[in-house]
Amino acid sequence: MSRLSIETPGKAETVIAGLYRDIERRISASPPGLCPVDMSLSFLRLCHAQTCGKCVPCRIGLGQLTTLLEQVLDSTATPETIDLIEKTARVIQDTADCAIGYEAARMVLQGVQGFRDDYLSHVESGRCLFGWDHPVPCVALCPAGVDIPGYIALVRAGRYNDAVRLIRKDNPFPTVCGYVCEHPCEAHCRRSMVDDAVNICGIKRFACDHADNTTPPDSAPSTGKRIGIIGGGPGGLSAAYFLSLMGHQVVVYDQRPKLGGMLRYGIPDYRLPQDKLDADIDFILSTGIEVHTGVSIGRDISFAEIENQYDAVYISIGAHNDKKIGIPGEDAVGVHSAVQLLRDIGEGRVPDFKGKRVCVIGGGNVSMDATRTAIRLGASAVTCVYRRRVTDMTALAEEIEEAQSEGCQILSLQAPDHIETDETGRVTALWTRPQVIGAYGKDGRPRPYDADQPLLRTPCDVVIVAIGQSIDAKPFEQIAPVVRGKIQAESDAFVPNTPHVFAGGDAVTGPATVIRAVAAGKVAAANIDAHLGFRHVIKSDVEIPAPHLTNMPACGRIELRSRPAEECVGNFDLVKCGMTEQEVHQETSRCLRCDHFGYGIFKGGRSSKW
Amino acid sequence: MVNLTINSIPVTVPEGTTILDAAASVDIEIPSLCYLKELNEISACRVCCVEVEGEGKLVPSCNNVVREGMVIRTNSPRALEARRVNMELILSQHDNKCATCIRSGTCQLQKIANDMGILGVSYPTDLARGKKADWTTTFPLYRDVNKCIKCMRCIQVCDKVQSLSVWDISGSGARTTIDVSGNRVIKQADCSLCGQCITHCPTGALRERDDTQKAYAALGDPDRVTIVQIAPAVRAAWGEAFGMPTGKATVGQLVSVLRKLGADYVFDTTFSADLTIMEEGTELLQRLQAGDLDNQPMFTSCCPGWVRFLKSQFPEMTGRLSTAKSPQQMFGAVGKTWLAHNLGVDADKIYSISIMPCIAKKAERELPSMDSAGHGSDVDLVITTRELARMARAEHLDVENIAESAFDSPLGDGTGAGVIFGATGGVMEAALRSAYFLTTGENPSPDAFREVRDDGTISPLPWREATFELAGRTVRCAVASGLGNARQLLHSLQRREVHYEFVEIMACPGGCAGGGGQPVDGTDREKAADRGKVLFRLDQNAPLRFSHENPAVQALYREYLDEPCSHRAEELLHCDHFAWQMNASR
Repeated sequence: MSRLSIETPGKAETVIAGLYRDIERRISASPPGLCPVDMSLSFLRLCHAQTCGKCVPCRIGLGQLTTLLEQVLDSTATPETIDLIEKTARVIQDTADCAIGYEAARMVLQGVQGFRDDYLSHVESGRCLFGWDHPVPCVALCPAGVDIPGYIALVRAGRYNDAVRLIRKDNPFPTVCGYVCEHPCEAHCRRSMVDDAVNICGIKRFACDHADNTTPPDSAPSTGKRIGIIGGGPGGLSAAYFLSLMGHQVVVYDQRPKLGGMLRYGIPDYRLPQDKLDADIDFILSTGIEVHTGVSIGRDISFAEIENQYDAVYISIGAHNDKKIGIPGEDAVGVHSAVQLLRDIGEGRVPDFKGKRVCVIGGGNVSMDATRTAIRLGASAVTCVYRRRVTDMTALAEEIEEAQSEGCQILSLQAPDHIETDETGRVTALWTRPQVIGAYGKDGRPRPYDADQPLLRTPCDVVIVAIGQSIDAKPFEQIAPVVRGKIQAESDAFVPNTPHVFAGGDAVTGPATVIRAVAAGKVAAANIDAHLGFRHVIKSDVEIPAPHLTNMPACGRIELRSRPAEECVGNFDLVKCGMTEQEVHQETSRCLRCDHFGYGIFKGGRSSKW
Repeated sequence: MVNLTINSIPVTVPEGTTILDAAASVDIEIPSLCYLKELNEISACRVCCVEVEGEGKLVPSCNNVVREGMVIRTNSPRALEARRVNMELILSQHDNKCATCIRSGTCQLQKIANDMGILGVSYPTDLARGKKADWTTTFPLYRDVNKCIKCMRCIQVCDKVQSLSVWDISGSGARTTIDVSGNRVIKQADCSLCGQCITHCPTGALRERDDTQKAYAALGDPDRVTIVQIAPAVRAAWGEAFGMPTGKATVGQLVSVLRKLGADYVFDTTFSADLTIMEEGTELLQRLQAGDLDNQPMFTSCCPGWVRFLKSQFPEMTGRLSTAKSPQQMFGAVGKTWLAHNLGVDADKIYSISIMPCIAKKAERELPSMDSAGHGSDVDLVITTRELARMARAEHLDVENIAESAFDSPLGDGTGAGVIFGATGGVMEAALRSAYFLTTGENPSPDAFREVRDDGTISPLPWREATFELAGRTVRCAVASGLGNARQLLHSLQRREVHYEFVEIMACPGGCAGGGGQPVDGTDREKAADRGKVLFRLDQNAPLRFSHENPAVQALYREYLDEPCSHRAEELLHCDHFAWQMNASR
């Protein structure tokens, strides 16, 4: 008998480890609308199975909670049962010896408190308040409700033009979204239950890169109504596109020399080439939209004038103002705001960062754009400074990885303290205060606090501040209530107490994403049309291929390749390479066609018009 | 065309054919439960799964189409095992007490289980209890949760055909069931009581409230005089409940059945359908002349499912309904007044029973103002065609060979015009025949208005329309059946895309012939059109084809009511649609 031995996992352990991973993926693909009490019970059973059995509260208590929750679900419980559940869970949380017990009880407790009305409904009427309203996870999570299984099937069938036509039914920015959409659609992709989410965004890009349709659908007969749209970004142009198809006469105003808003003046070319953006915009304009660029509301024309001129007005201004960080030295020469910097580049005023050391402050996507832009402008060193940990950064993980692979250093857990300048007022260094990550705040994120360490000096010549944007709502304050920099509009985009003013996108929600702006434009178009007394229907006549009967067995997800980092320095050429035909064929065949298989075939699988 | 083999038999079918239909084309019947063509193609029960060579999983045959070269086996051990296991799983959550089930013999679950020779279920029984199984016993529509197999057909027919969405999935996970949508109970819902969910249910989960015991009690009570009326559409369908082809059993045989059951008098609702024509036709002409129909039409009011629908979905249009009561209620009111007097019977002793193809009639008889004869409810009990068939079966009557018997007099006289009330377009046609007479003083050809019938041709609209000259002016008419179609017609009227003076609407597709109280044989064949043809054939062969020529109707006016829409007629034969509340739509 050896004194010690190397432990190797047995077959059962290997299998169960695999099952754990399956469950992790499965939970990530949980569809919306499930009964929360039933889910609580399922989680509780899992927790109870983890119990070692030593202590009473966990061994017995969790089991009794299971029984009580079953009674609730079977409607054999009384309102007092819910109180008993709460009391028991509280005591388990208080007295369980280890986290297996007290964390399990905490989850039950949160449920009893968080959705008590559903508990009550089960007990009192035997009914659950929840239900499957959106059976296709990707479509449910796409703000614009794009028919994703539909276009994936079309791409699989090689019908790229039809795929793009289908996307345009809900989103007139297919190309832009193929390149820069944050793809919320992928978050709960049911394919995750098998292996991993389908690369929906990459498939869309492939479709757009390989489609050549240039003719928009016929517009409805002219209604004689005129609609003014303020802001030619993704939201304004989406509304314009749909309203134009509905037969209204649309006029778009934008303060910049070119249309596109943040797409043109906020997103660098290496992520979204200008010609790709122009392709979508040209398509939209070809429906017959009048455009006035270089016109600023409040400066060149008053809002009242626009309001009087049109039968309806849609305000879709973006969040183009920067937020100040408020530390000493912020006004120094060499300090830029990221928004301003990206806009300058978009308008052709490209600063020279050759040989300069750059610090970028912030952890969001704009910060990553500024970081990677600085690298391209020839900076000798780019450091991204963030006060929390890298995992806490709000930028997309792939953006962070790309920035790092291109040579950016991330200095995490450093809160900017002040900017050091020389006697001429030029930036010489960024001083930061080291942080310790601490307890979780109300927003569910761990909060940093000051470490007992001295300030850190990072020598640099340029500081780029990327800590957020805001909108310039001043010209609209007369007509619409503006609260914390946001125009107050209703969920149908209508601005209360106005005759015919609607607003949406960043202007209403604060800085968000392209697809949210598109969705807001779609909502506004539908409701403006209704407000004017119409009920035009936007639809697509594209027939969706029948699904293949057998789904592809577990298979890796195709990710887009990036060009080698060294090739990216000094130019703004596209970084990501699209899928090859071979790749897109494999990736599209991973789609599980939730429009046909599962609840989608019964209800809500496809809305072919809106 | 696509070529494939099924169970080694070569099959050639058009592209787009489902595996199920392709198999049927070579007489291979794949059992299916949830599937209902064009209405519920969701492959939920998984009983119709078959083996397709080269595919990883078994494939449901009901909603997947054939491909060139497919090799399919419907009876391989794998397919048979899957079918049996899925059937046993369904049966484990089904209350398998077939002996006491209303659908025993017509239940599709029972048939497939029997056909497959399932003699036991390998799984423990798992039935809903407590509040999960609660349902009101007083509402005319009854649901037994433990008979429900969650096929979703009721949801689909209510959504897609009737546009009311009364049913929905409730909850998720293991406890998912079907319930009234929006967390309502049925009494709070805007259910029209059309009963289409019942006639499309494959099992006994949905049925009418059973009122047969009340009928037995009345028929057997020597102190009560039972008068029974038989609705037009019942005669076309009732024999189906005994396995006879549609239309084979006659109304004369049905009269005999009722006599054997103990009815004191058996009359024909066709009489009061004719009476309805006199009242509604006169009202139409009055409203037409008063300019009341210049902007909005007058709607027929004989279908209580439709009235419920209108009051819940378009309450602002309630005033557009004709105030004429339905034939059932007109019969009830006349039965306890003029008839009682004629028969020399104390009206308080009369117990008035109607045999209807309809569930909503059970609710209609309870409405306020349906007691205008002054002797309690004008109609005391409503029995559906199915309930009547059950009563006949209980008597072990040889209905196929029973001799015919004539209706009693005087309310046993009806015309062909009254008979076609039971088919979509029939009320309109009957009304126009008499309206023509009332305005011109002479009869038109009885088939002059057959344009409004559903002749099986596809209408470009979800309804049918026709225009006639009446009293020197043009009367535009529309006819719709099925509440989804009605909703589209009403939307069109509201948007002023169309205009009609007179609109007939029946809640059930095909009219009363396809009523929710009609026999269900478990075959999923839609029978409304065939039954409608029977009614039109009866009309064609009827000696009298104009409501105004009905001698009993003439006598009633002569002896009692004076003239249509007279004061007394208003009191007895018209109603106030505003006198009761209908649950609003969600």
